[in-house]
This record gives sequence, C-alpha cells and structure tokens, in this order.
Amino acid sequence: MTDPIIKFDKVVKRFGDLTVLNKLDFEVQRGEKVSIIGPSGSGKSTVLRILMTLEGIDGGVVTVDGEPLWHEKAPDGTLKPASETHLRKMRTQLGMVFQQFNLFPHMTVLRNITEAPVKVLGLSKKEARQRAEELLELVGLADQAQKYPGQLSGGQKQRVGIARALAMRPNILLFDEPTSALDPELVGEVLNVIRKLADEHDLTMLLVTHEMRFAKEISDRVCFFDRGRIREEGTPEELFTDPNEDRTREFLAAVLDEAPGTTG
Amino acid sequence: MHWTEYFGPLAEGAWVTVQLTVYSTILGAILAFASGIGKLSSNWAIKAVSVAYIEVFRGTSLLVQLFWLYFALPLAGMALGIDLRLPPVMAGVLALGLNIGAYGAEVVRGAIQSVHKDQHEAARALNFTSRQTLWTITIPQAIPEMMPSFGNLAVQNLKDTALVSLISLGDLTFRAEQIRNFTQDSTTIYSMLLVAYFGMALVLTALMRGLEAYVSRWRMAGS
Repeated sequence: MTDPIIKFDKVVKRFGDLTVLNKLDFEVQRGEKVSIIGPSGSGKSTVLRILMTLEGIDGGVVTVDGEPLWHEKAPDGTLKPASETHLRKMRTQLGMVFQQFNLFPHMTVLRNITEAPVKVLGLSKKEARQRAEELLELVGLADQAQKYPGQLSGGQKQRVGIARALAMRPNILLFDEPTSALDPELVGEVLNVIRKLADEHDLTMLLVTHEMRFAKEISDRVCFFDRGRIREEGTPEELFTDPNEDRTREFLAAVLDEAPGTTG
Repeated sequence: MHWTEYFGPLAEGAWVTVQLTVYSTILGAILAFASGIGKLSSNWAIKAVSVAYIEVFRGTSLLVQLFWLYFALPLAGMALGIDLRLPPVMAGVLALGLNIGAYGAEVVRGAIQSVHKDQHEAARALNFTSRQTLWTITIPQAIPEMMPSFGNLAVQNLKDTALVSLISLGDLTFRAEQIRNFTQDSTTIYSMLLVAYFGMALVLTALMRGLEAYVSRWRMAGS
C-alpha cells in the first residue's frame, strides 16, 4: 500500500476538561471513500474540523499528503506549530461541505462558487465562471446561477455548497453531516450528487453521516467512532452485517431502530 | 417684516445646514468604519488609537469639542508656531464628523461581530486571507445590520448641526436667531425652525431607508 494521504498519529483534542479525541490513530488512502459513523460527541466532526484547520490539536501529529498539517519542520528537523502561511498552503488540498451549508447569503449562487477561485487561486473571472457553470451542471443547478441562497431549498443550498468546495479543486473532500439539516424529502438529491463524486477515482472523500444505508453503499471503509477513538472499522459489509464489538452492535441497533428500513 | 420674508434667509441657512450634515455624516461614516474595524484589529497600535479616539469623542461634549477646535486649537497652534486657524465650516464639519464617527464606530464593531461564526469557517475552508474575509464576507453582511443605527445617527447629526451657530456659522439656527433679534417675532420664527428641521429629518430618514433597502437587497430575495 502507498503512503496514506491522511494520517492521524496519536492525536489528542480537548475542549476544556473534555477529551474529544483520545490518542486517535487513523489513516486514509489516496482516493479512498471513508465514512465515519458514531454517537454524537464521539469526535467524528472534530476529525474533519481538524483537517480543515478549523480546530487545532493538543497532541500528536496530523499528516496530509506526507506533510504535517498543524506543524512545520524547523531547520533542525524538529516540529514546531504551523504558521498561517503553512496552513494556507496545506488548505489548498482540502475542501469542506458543511452541515448548515454556510453559503454566503449576500452573493448569488454563481458568485458563491467563483469568489474563492478568483480571489484565492487567482483564476480569471471567465475561467472561474466557466468552471462554476460546469459544476452547477454537475449538481443539477445550472438554471439557478443568478439566485441568492435565500431563494433556494435546503437541498439546493447543499448542492451549491458541494459545487463551491469542488471549485477549489481539492484532493480531499470533507462532508460534515451534509444531509442532517435537510428535510427528509430533500436528502436524496444531495446524496445523488455525492454518489456521482464517489465514482471519481482520484478524489479522497471523508464523510461523517447518519445515513447508514448511504454510507454502506458508497464507502470503501466505514469507521465507528466512540469516545474519541475508532472502536471498530472495516468494509461496509463487515461492519454493518457482522460487527465484532458489542458497542458497534448497540449503536447500529439504536440508529437502525430509529429509522427503520434505512439499512437496505 | 412680514413672516413670508423670513423664507429667504432661512433657506440660505438651511442650505448651510444641509451641507454641514452631508459632509460631516460622510466624514463620520469614514471614521466609524476606520475605527470600528480598527478596534477589532489584532495590531495593538491600531487598536489603541481606535479605542482612544472612540472613548475621547464619546466621553466629551460636542459643544466643547466644537469650541476647542474653533477657539483653542488656533491658540495651541500659535504657541507651537503653526497656523491652525480653521474656517468655521471646517471646524463645524470636523467636530460633528469626529463626534458622530465615534458613535458610529460602536455600531460598525457590533455589526461586524454579529456575523455568524459559520461564515468565517466557510471563508477559512475556502482559504481566504483574513483581510479578504473581512472585506468580501464579513463587512458586506454587516452593513445591513448597521443601517437602522446609522439612520438614527444621521438624524442626530442633522439636529446637532444647530450647535455650529454658536461659532457664528450661518446655518439655519443662526439665521433664525438673526431674524428673531431683528423682529422679536419669537413664536413664528421658532415654529418655522421646528418645522424646517422636522422636514429635513423626514427627507434624511427616507434617504437612509432607501440606502438600507439597497444594501440589503440580497436579504429580500426569496423571503
């Protein structure tokens, strides 16, 4: 196996007295589609937020594409905390889709998607626009380019959120419960878009979700998080049909009971 | 002198009042943005200057500020060998603008801080610099928040211009005083004065509402 594109090495994260990640070891291979499931407060979203550099770490090392994310190598070879310059360089690899969409409400759909490519990547307006139109086509919103986010449904907003993240051409796309804020009837349209992306060979995807059936369908690997560590991981078949750990079994029984029929 | 003859001098004064209001409100808005943003800066020097400006001008009387700029500053300048005599219009615009800017700064700061943390996270995920985030994400969303307070401050500023008559600037109040001294017709002249300020305040409020609707047009979309 080649070097992992993402590696957590004994990563610790605390919020005050609460230890959210407890010496977490976690690896993702290039192009792999990994789903993270687990009870709330188990640290699932924190993993994504650390990767997107929205949260720092209190111990251990996170590596993205062979380079430490939250550290820089000092001339003597030791690791020191990363500067903003380093973080900005590392961030170009990553994109994130948020639970609450986090679109910019004062910009049209088109500008939501073109603003960062123009300002951050230095694309010309024309190039950015062309790319945005392709992406809107991909997410099925080509006719909504001139609308404001306030005029869209939740499902449409999230599809814009996905297009916006893709416009930066990340190698790794992080999905933080992308359908949790949606009305049930709008979940499908967002999952369809994510499903399309899962076919892209080079894109590494990390998905925190409660949609068990979907996780099973698109993932190469599913990780069950519990109290800041991975309690159990494996292929969807292994984990969903024959979990080894009682804790996993309990969790699956609880969530599947809550939403009957979603296991497929 | 018939009361209809008051209109000429009053109109002249009203024009001065309008100019004072417009110039000092524009100056105030610039100062409000500069010091409101400055107060949130991570650079301690910028922050210190902003806080000092805001506190000094909010903590002293506008009338005293006006007198200081007009009467005290030239003397202080003379002691230093610099000519700091200001024309009355300049002193008036400066005092009003500096004063309203200090109040506006708190409005700007509050509105910027009210922009949701989610927006900052999205901006960070898209790799905007903090400066780009401020100017393209935060401030455009904060401006509609500021508008109702800015509207109040602009009307406040219009009414405060009456103070400049005390440095013998020929504004609306000054002209009214002149006519009153001449005719002793206090009731008529002060009634006309009230109506004139009220009318100008109405127009100003309407203008600020229009501006508010313009900068908030994305909010209206779809809701």
